Parts: sequence; structure tokens; C-alpha cells
Amino acid sequence: MSQTTTALIQTEPTHAVTWRALCHRRDLVANSGVVAWLDGYQVALFHLPQVDDHEKVFAIENKDPKSGANVIGRGIVGTLKGELVVASPLYKQHFRLKDGACLEYPEQRLRVWPARLQGDTVEIGLDS
Amino acid sequence: MNSLVTPIKRETLVVIGNGMVGHHCVEQLIAHGALAHYQIHVFGEEHQRAYDRVHLSEYFGGRDAESLALCEADFYAVSGVHLHLGMQVQEIDRERKEIVTTQGRIPYDCLVLATGSYPFVPPIPGAEGNSRLVYRTLSDLDSIRAAARTARRGVVVGGGLLGLEAANALKSLGLEAHVVEFAPRLMPVQLDADGGEALRQRIEALGVGVHLSRATQEIVPGDEYAYRMNFQDGEFLETDLIVFSAGIRPQDALGRSAGLDIAPRGGVVVDNTCRTSDPCIFAIGECASWNGSIFGLVAPGYTMARNVALQLAGKPYEPFTGADMSTKLKLLGVDVGSIGDAHAATPGAKSYRFIDEATSSYRRLVVSPDGKRVIGAVLVGDNSYYDTLLQYAQNGIKLPQDPSSLILPLSDGAPILGADALPDTATICSCHNVNKGAICCQVDQGCTDLGELKAATKAGTGCGGCSALLKQVFEHELSARGVAVDKSLCEHFAHTRQELYGIVRVEGIQTFEELLAKHGRGHVGCDICKPAVGSILASCWNQPITDPLLIPLQDTNDTFMANMQKNGTYSIVPRIAGGEITPDKLIALGEVAKKYDLYTKITGGQRIDLFGAQLHQLPDIWGELIEAGFETGHAYGKSLRTVKSCVGSTWCRYGVQDSVGMALYLENRYKGLRSPHKIKFAVSGCTRECAEAQSKDVGVIATDKGWNLYVAGNGGMRPRHAELFATDLDDETLVRYIDRFLMFYVRTADKLQRTSVWRESLEGGLHYLKDVIINDSLGLAAELESQMQLVVDRYECEWANALNDPEKLKRFRTFVNDGRGDPDIHFVKERGQRRPATHSELHLIPVTEEAL
Repeated sequence: MSQTTTALIQTEPTHAVTWRALCHRRDLVANSGVVAWLDGYQVALFHLPQVDDHEKVFAIENKDPKSGANVIGRGIVGTLKGELVVASPLYKQHFRLKDGACLEYPEQRLRVWPARLQGDTVEIGLDS
Repeated sequence: MNSLVTPIKRETLVVIGNGMVGHHCVEQLIAHGALAHYQIHVFGEEHQRAYDRVHLSEYFGGRDAESLALCEADFYAVSGVHLHLGMQVQEIDRERKEIVTTQGRIPYDCLVLATGSYPFVPPIPGAEGNSRLVYRTLSDLDSIRAAARTARRGVVVGGGLLGLEAANALKSLGLEAHVVEFAPRLMPVQLDADGGEALRQRIEALGVGVHLSRATQEIVPGDEYAYRMNFQDGEFLETDLIVFSAGIRPQDALGRSAGLDIAPRGGVVVDNTCRTSDPCIFAIGECASWNGSIFGLVAPGYTMARNVALQLAGKPYEPFTGADMSTKLKLLGVDVGSIGDAHAATPGAKSYRFIDEATSSYRRLVVSPDGKRVIGAVLVGDNSYYDTLLQYAQNGIKLPQDPSSLILPLSDGAPILGADALPDTATICSCHNVNKGAICCQVDQGCTDLGELKAATKAGTGCGGCSALLKQVFEHELSARGVAVDKSLCEHFAHTRQELYGIVRVEGIQTFEELLAKHGRGHVGCDICKPAVGSILASCWNQPITDPLLIPLQDTNDTFMANMQKNGTYSIVPRIAGGEITPDKLIALGEVAKKYDLYTKITGGQRIDLFGAQLHQLPDIWGELIEAGFETGHAYGKSLRTVKSCVGSTWCRYGVQDSVGMALYLENRYKGLRSPHKIKFAVSGCTRECAEAQSKDVGVIATDKGWNLYVAGNGGMRPRHAELFATDLDDETLVRYIDRFLMFYVRTADKLQRTSVWRESLEGGLHYLKDVIINDSLGLAAELESQMQLVVDRYECEWANALNDPEKLKRFRTFVNDGRGDPDIHFVKERGQRRPATHSELHLIPVTEEAL
């Protein structure tokens, strides 16, 4: 995969995916999250305009496993020991953006999707 | 072959008395393995197991008997010690080596007397019932509390340490308190004349009456109060109750009747090993007389207890050779310290004195005839000098060039005795006899946490007076070993909140990114530093928190300006300043709640909370609320919440000021102020205190002359009464003090620290805070006021701001690419309103009945 002038593909898909447009760049909020609807799934999208000199978008499941509430997209983004994480707004446990692993409770894990910016379109990678 | 293990017949050890010293002795016996040699029986006359008598007055400040207990309820049982509470030992039969109780006889091989002392009540005609109360046990305190219920005024006879404690207790029960002392000054044992005078002035300023050189001749029925105390010179004082605290007498009755040697002034005579005239019987604590002296403090009692426990455990021990009677106390909130030869009784001793009549502070330093060592000191008003002076005295440290610098105000650059200057033998905690060497030893073994250190050494867990010094020594030893003492906010900022606040203000920093780039690490931050910095930026500059650069810093509640509940929906609390609301606005609130089907509940802060709104509904709901004249209530923020009020003089027959008017003014002035934690106010219109102002961060209570200001109280998990800060203020002064108080808190408190915890962490305590706020001792007052004015001037309703900006409203969408609501949110009806469905109710709800 190559880097476009505006964005870097965030999560390198390890297998063939179909890219699908989910929303517009202006729907994102810099350094924070929004939520998109995807055929019954709720996808939290986090936009980081500048991480290691790159612009990145992460797509991660919106349902907090601990409370069962759809709130992950409203958590605070940060780094812990060098890893990008989001803190659940209800009980503050941290999930790694790149793979959805929970730092405090290994049994909690969120689904993640490959995501990228194609020009001003936010795209998400689905298994073909 | 015979077993190598011969069953050892354990001897019986009886401990009579389960007070602080008796309990400590048992703890030490257990710790040193004495249970291998003895089965231990402990007898306590009271029904409550050993409790902390040093902090007895806190029993009236909200602590109960359980929280004062010195050990867990099952400590004795778990350790294998037989504890007999509520059982009085009636006799010691030394010939048969048995003790006699109402339940029968128990044989002993060894006996420890730890029966303590009892309060001395001088024989005064007419002293009985409520005019003959004492202050020693929890049941004494129950009697005082019962007597106080119908009382307006209370008198303590005795102006010593315990008498002043008792006066404080009366005061905290809401009585007008008086102290009657026979000597011409307060605390005659510990203080000299000037020290006593400074203490009197301070205590009188707190509203406690002080009557010196008074001997009570008789107590007769009073005219205006229940009793009248007639003094020797024809003067009198009327009161509803009298507490005697005129000294203690050793509880030596058992020893006396058993024929043990008794000292001329009372107390069972003991030698350097705490043995009585019967070698099988020891006596420790206040019932023992060593070299003709009784030691009425906990530290010497603990030393005796350790001495005996080590002997009985067969371990090496140091003989008891008297004790240092130096004390550091806070009496009625006033610092009092006395070290060694406070009266300069040593022939040839020289004194240095510092007297500040403006603040009634007094310090005296007594040095040896050769002028090389500290042999005594007296402190009134400021104990920050105590630790250093005590170390000089106890360790014979050579005096600095100019000894007076040790007691002059610290701003003059006095040489502070650093932790490194102390020898390893220096006692840090005298209650548990922990010296600096023991602390170093723990640090060497890898201890890096103050809590761990306290658990391991017990240092700082007795009277607590050494806490500051302990922390200082510990941190010094850590840094000496290259261990960084970590005060960092998080991994992105190696600063405390206070430091970051200073940086933001001094450098005029406006954004998180700028602060992170200049003073932090990385490019992102985390959920610890972002909200903390967001709050600091808001406190300093009060820009709308809806600004794009500030949004990512906020917790979800601040971001969406509503309170997230367990199912991801929000609750909404419009401001209802002072709890005053017109019928029209109340109807408007009801209409909005009804339209959006919001669960409605009245809050503890006299407002109305509307629950169950989804993210995308918030702008519509707020549009209607603002239309009806509401503004945001900041229930979601670390900021001013409410100013609760009673109706005050406008309606109430008892009210003396317009409490609602003042509450409205204060709420409108401070609304929107971002702070380290939430802040709550209340204003009461008279002393009946219907608004519960004394449980708030800022409490205002009307007087006939103006307002009394209370600060740093709170409810919640660890309730704390607010402290009286200033009295009879006019409106303008009241507001000025609150401006300064709040800004000083915002400036110096730690992240998520309520005013109560912050106030307790202030070195110098309430006195220091008053100095800063009222006397402007730091020269900060004008700055604090102008900073507050900036915040007040920039106030803007955050919801109105957001509704005017389509860009900002974009965030309030449940899904950015779809108009539907969250299909996973389900409600059920309960008591006529909806509430979140529980997990077990969920599968009962057909998908088609989504409550949207």
C-alpha cells in the first residue's frame, strides 16, 4: 500500500478487503471520536491528524463490553506506554486502537476494522 | 523413640486494662512471639475494645466508636488472645496468684497492670449530674452529648491540655464554651506566662470564654442557666453543664488493695524494668509511678509497654529511664508545642523569645548555660518550628551561629534542619519509637511508598504528629538513593497540577498542544492529562469549552455538556440558581420532560434532573430550555454546581438576612468557574442552618450583623464539616473572601482534590489559609480577585454558545452517517416514568418496541 498525499492507510489489512465509503472527512473530529452506522454495526472512528507525522483514522467497535452501552466513540484518545488507546467514558478501561485489546481486562476485546482516508472520504475495509 | 517435641506448658499472662497502652503491650507481645510462652488474658472494664483516646474529640465530629478502635474487631481472637470486655477485675490475690472477677478466679503467672487513670474532680458542693461531667471515655462523651441536647452554654473546669480538648468538644456540639482555670494561665504545665497569654488571646478569638485564677467554691441553681458556679472572689458564671478536666489520678486501686508499693502522689511504684514491688507484677502507662512521676502521654506509655513485652518475650530490652514530655498539639485549632525544659528551670539557662501581638503568636527557645544546645521550647500559634527544635533538643545538635533564627519567622531565611542533618538515632516517631535508621533500612530494602513504610514501621500511625517530618525524611532518603520521587501527573507530564497551572498562567499558554509541545512528552496525551489541562485552561482563561481545540480534552460529560448514565444516555440539569424557580419555568421544564419522555427527579442541590436523552436529542432539548429562559447548570463539569438556600428573612419568621438573594448573587457570580473538582455552596438565612451550609465547600450563614463564612466542608464518601473562616462579614467582604478562597484553591489544589482534602493538606492549616485570604500574607489577594473577575466577565452559557454554531452541533449525532438513534437503548416503565431496562428485562422487549 502506498501513502497518498493526504493520508496513510491506517491499519494494513492482512488479507483482501473491500473498501467501502462510510462518511466524509468533515464528519470526523480531530483528536477525538465519532460513530458511524454500518449495516447493524456501530463503528467508532477516531481521527488523529498527526501521529508520528502521519494522519490516521482508526475504526473500532462502539460497544463497551463492561457496560454493554454503545459509548466507546465518546471516550478520550491518548497514549499509554507508547500505544494509542481510547478510554471508555463509563468505567475508564483502555482499549488499544490498533487491535482492540483491553489493557486492564484481557477478556474484554473490541473488534477493529481497517480504515483509511481516500481524499475526503473515510473508508472502512470489509472482508471480501 | 520418644518424640523430640515436648509439649511446653504455657504460663498464663494476665493484662488488666484495654486502653491504648494495654493494647499496645498486647500487640507488642504478639509481635515478639510471646504467645509461644504465655496464654494471654486481657481484661477491659469498658465494653468497647481499645480505642484512640488521643483523638477522642473527633467522636463529636462524626467519627464513631468503631472508627476510633485501635484494631479490627477480630484482632484478639485471630491472634489467640482471650479478651474479656466489660469485666472489672475486683481483686488481685497475690498469695494464690489469682485475679478475682465477678465471673470467678483466674490464676496468673505474670500480671501486667495497665489500668490507666481517672479524671480528678475536686470536691465542690453541688457538683452532681450534669454539673459533674468528665471527659475520658466514650461513655463520658455520650453523657456530655446527652447533657448538651438541652444546653446552650457549657463550662470546662481545667485549662490544661485535656480541658481545652473538652472545650473544643463542647464547641463542636454547638454550645457556647467557657474554660475556668485555677492557675493564672492556660496549660500551666507546658506553657510559660507569655505562651499562656498568646494561647488565651487566640482561644478567646474563637469565641471560647477564658476565666483564669478562678477557684469554684460551690455550684448552685442558676437564674438564666441551669447552674451557677460561685467563685472565691464573689464572681460567678452560669451554665447548663460542667465538665471537669482538672487533672488525672492514676487508677492504682487494685495495686493498693493488693499491697503493692504506692508512690506518695499515687501510682504503683515501678523500677527501670516496669516491675512493681511484686516481681511477678508489672505496671505500665498512667497507673505506674516511675521515680515519683506519672506520665500522662501516650508515647511514654508505649515505651513502657514495649519494655515489658520484650522482657516477657525473652528478648533484649532497654530499661525505662523516664520519658520526654515534649508535646505538639492542635487545641481548638490552635498550634501549641512544648519541648523539654519549657520553663527554663535549668540553672543558667538562657532564653530567646519571639512575640507577635498582632497575630497572638509566641515562640521561646531555651538554650543550655553554655549556649550550645537547645534544652527547651514553647510554641503557640505555629508548630512548623516544632520538628526542627525537637531534633535539636533530642539529639544535642549544635546550635547555629544565631540561635534566634530557629524561632524567627521562616520568611527570614532561617536555616531549616534538613533531613540529612539528622543522625540515624534521631527519633522520628516517638509513639512507636521509630528512628531515622529504621526508615533508611526500609528504603534500603526497596520500600518506595509512604503507605508501605507506615505499615512496615508503624511510624506516623500513633498521634500522627510526625507525619510531615516522616514524609520529608522518607523522600530525602529516596532521592539520596537516586530514586526519583514521582509527582508526575501522568506519563506525558512530569509536573504536578499546581506546577502546570503555574506554567499555563505565566507563559500564557492557551492550548493543550502548546503545553504538551513545550513541557510534555509525545503528541497525544491521555485521559488523565487531557481533562486536567482542559480544566486548568478553563480556570485561567475561561474560553468556551466547546472550542474545537478544547473539545478533545474534555471528559464525555464536558464534551456533550450533559451527564452520561449507565446505558449511554444523558441526563440534563438546567441551572435553577438558589433553587428559586417561577411557576412558568417549572411548567416549561415539565413540558420539555414530557415531550422527550425524560425521567424526572429533584436533586439534592435544589434542581431538577432530566434523564434518558440520547446524544442527538440534546441540542433540541436545550434549544427549548434556552427558549424558556434556562441556562446550563454545569452538572457535568468540575465546576460550581449549586448554591443551595433556605427562604431566609423574606418569608421565614426566624430569618435575619435575605439568603435567597445572596445565593442567587453567588451562584450567578461563580457559575461556570472550572476548578480541580466540583464545588458546592449553600446560604442559610439564620443560625438554624436549614440550607446545610456547613456541609459545603463554601457555606454562608446569616447573623444579625452580616454573614459567617464557612469553608472546606463536603458530604459524600468522607463527610467533613466546614470550618468557620470569618464572622459577621458585610456583603462586599464576603464576596471578596470567596473570590480569593476559590481562586487560591483553583491555583494550588491537586487534580480532583475537593476543597476539604486540599485544606487538610495545607501545611499550616486553617490558620495559614486565613493568613493568605484575610491578611493577604502572600500578597496575592489583588491578583486572585482580578483572575476571578476575568472568569466572571467571560461567562457565557456553553449550551447557548454551542447552539449558535452548526459546526459544534455536528458532534451531537448518534451516527454521523445515519439519522437513527441507538437501537440498543431500551426503557421500561416504572412508577409512571421510564427507566433503563435491566439486563434480565432486555430479552423480553420485542425489537419493534424500541423506545425512540
